[in-house]
This record gives sequence, structure tokens and C-alpha cells, in this order.
Amino acid sequence: MTAQTTAIEAAALALGDDALVLSHRLGEWAGNAPVLEEDVALANIALDLLGQARVLLSLVGDEDELAYLREERAFRNTQLVEQPNGDFAHTIARQLYFSTYQKLLYGQLASGEGPFSGLAAKAVKEVAYHQDHAEHWTLRLGDGTPESHTRMQRACDALWRYTGEMFQPVDGLDVDLTAMENSWLASVTAVLEQATLTVPDGPRTGAWTAGAGRQGLHTEPFGRMLAEMQHLHRSHPGATW
Amino acid sequence: MVTMTALEEELSRIAGAVPDPELPVLTLRELGVLRGVQVLGPGRVEVELTPTYTGCPAIEAMASDIERALHDHGVPEVSVVTVLAPAWSTDDISDEGRRKLAEYGIAPPRPQGPADGPIPLTLAIRCPHCGSTDTELLSRFSSTACKALRRCTTCREPFDHFKEL
Repeated sequence: MTAQTTAIEAAALALGDDALVLSHRLGEWAGNAPVLEEDVALANIALDLLGQARVLLSLVGDEDELAYLREERAFRNTQLVEQPNGDFAHTIARQLYFSTYQKLLYGQLASGEGPFSGLAAKAVKEVAYHQDHAEHWTLRLGDGTPESHTRMQRACDALWRYTGEMFQPVDGLDVDLTAMENSWLASVTAVLEQATLTVPDGPRTGAWTAGAGRQGLHTEPFGRMLAEMQHLHRSHPGATW
Repeated sequence: MVTMTALEEELSRIAGAVPDPELPVLTLRELGVLRGVQVLGPGRVEVELTPTYTGCPAIEAMASDIERALHDHGVPEVSVVTVLAPAWSTDDISDEGRRKLAEYGIAPPRPQGPADGPIPLTLAIRCPHCGSTDTELLSRFSSTACKALRRCTTCREPFDHFKEL
């Protein structure tokens, strides 16, 4: 194995784990969302992400082994995507932050010639709908009732410190992270302001912020999520439909 | 441009005539997901399929339906491979496919044109039941990832819209 394939695999693992873990979190809403349309919408977004995860993880190895048989510390997803769903506002804030990032990321990868350009060209169109969904809900909740405004603000504040990690360099990922981060900040700021919300002012990078998921260090709720996600496969090794 | 042999054209016709598992009024050819058929050797055929959405679960059913159709036609060894690039677009749905979708009760996607071409007019989405252009969006995601849920404000019927991708 050459150093270059290893770097590409490392990048595929990071992006694939982001998609897989967020897909699982969104799937937890199935049957529990506040309205039926959202139940369907969140499951559909989860399905898109799962499709992306399958393509990316298959570049690294066997998708099932990678998803179901790795230990917590072997996962390379950002800490943002593993955060629990919380109330609906938390899920929407996580969606806003992540889909804005993913749209910019796939947009850059699609315009290049690298190993991810084919997937990115396809997925960027799917993610545009995810971002649109998140932005509309941010506006509705932020500029809604006093209760929805308070909750949306609380959610945006709570997840803010996890957003710096998305712009940390990843081996094998050839993108302009500074340009991406500037666009991300501009885009998120515009949506939050239109939604009458305050852009959180806490730090996003540095010693007191979160963000070592890419190094395999995860937050406490991730272990429980994995236990649920992997339980069936581990209890019945080799089982098929 | 790869030229197809007469046999490949015939097999392509057979594979293309397989109905979509989720939208059985459409064939795979009309949906625009069949990318190519190649005879690799005697009794060995490779079919290239592209998914509508990356995570579309129908792709596995499509692959096994194509395998069955070609087996029935006397091809013992059929492999179906998935290709992502160039990415599928709703513009790949044929005119006949669009007509059938509307007839089936699903508003077809609006044409998007080339990304760097002239900006197309935004056409209203027409109710497939009564033909009114007075319709509203209920949810961006509907029964499958490729559809949005809308409601006609004239006849009050909800309907699916195959959204542009």
C-alpha cells in the first residue's frame, strides 16, 4: 500500500464516518418526529447520507465490518455529527451546521479531479436539499414563537463549539479549508440573522473547544449510540436476510 | 463513442424495458439510469447502471430484475455494475417518461438545462390530477428521497412531485 492510497483511505474514512454517524442519528427520529412530514424528511436525509457512507467506506474496506465491528476509537467522524438529537431544534442546528459544511466540501471536491469527484458531483445535489431543509426550519423556529426562538438559540449556542473541527485538515483531503470556513461562516451568519437569532460568540477552535473526533476521541454519548447501532450485527455474526 | 453490436443493442433493449421497482410505469430506459450494455465474452454480459440518488435502495432491485430479464433471454452470466459519474440528473428522464409520470399521478421534474447555459424559466408545478398550476409545497421530502409532497389548492388533492436533481 502506498502512502497516497493510505491518505485517500484516511480521508474516505473521515467523510464516510461523518455520513454514517449522522445518518444513524437522524434515523433515530423515525417514528418520533414532531410531525409525519418530518419523520419522512429526516429518514430521507438519513438515507442520502447512508448512500454516501457506503460509497466512501467501500473505498476503505468492507462496509459492514467498518460500520459494525470497529471500536469507538477507530471512528474518525467529527464530534458534531455524533451529538445526540436533543429536541428538534438541536437536530436542526446540527443539520444547519453540517449540511452547510458538506455542501461546500462536496462542491470543492466535485470541481476537482480527485478520487472523490464522482461521488461529490452527485452528492452535492442531494445535500443542497438537506441545507434548504435546515435553513427553512431555522427560519421557522428562530422567527417563530418565543418558545421556539429560545430553543433554537439554545441549540445553536450548544453546538457552536463543535463546528471548528470541520475545518481542521484531514490527510488526503485536498480542499481549501480557509475558503470553506469563510463561506460557511458567511452562510450560517446570514441564516441566523434572518431567523432573528444571535450568532453564538463562543470560540470554535483552541484549547477550550471540542473537536478531536478525527483523532478518534469521541464524546460520551457516542459509545451508547454505537452500542445500539452495532448490537444486532455483533449478536448474530454472519446473519443474512 | 463506443459502437454497440447488434447483440448489445438487443440486450440493451431488453434491460432498458425492465420496469422501475418503485415507479413501475417507467422503464429503466425512460428513467435514464441504464448507462450501457457490453458483451464481455460468449454468454457474459456487463450492464452499467447509475443510481438516481446515491443511497437509492431500489438499485439492488433494479440489478436483480435486469439479471433475471437477461437470464430469461439466455445470457447465463450477467454482472450489473453501478457507476456514479457523470451524475444522474432528472433531465435524463425521457419525454415519454415524463408523460407517464404525470399520467400516474406524479408531477414530473421541470427541465433544468445545462448548468452553465441560459437560466431556464421557472415553470409552475402542475397538479397531475386536475391540471391546475396553483399548487403548494407541503414537504421537501416525500415517499422516497426523489420526491417532494405538494398539494393542489384548486382540487385539494395532495400529490408527489419528482423533484429536480
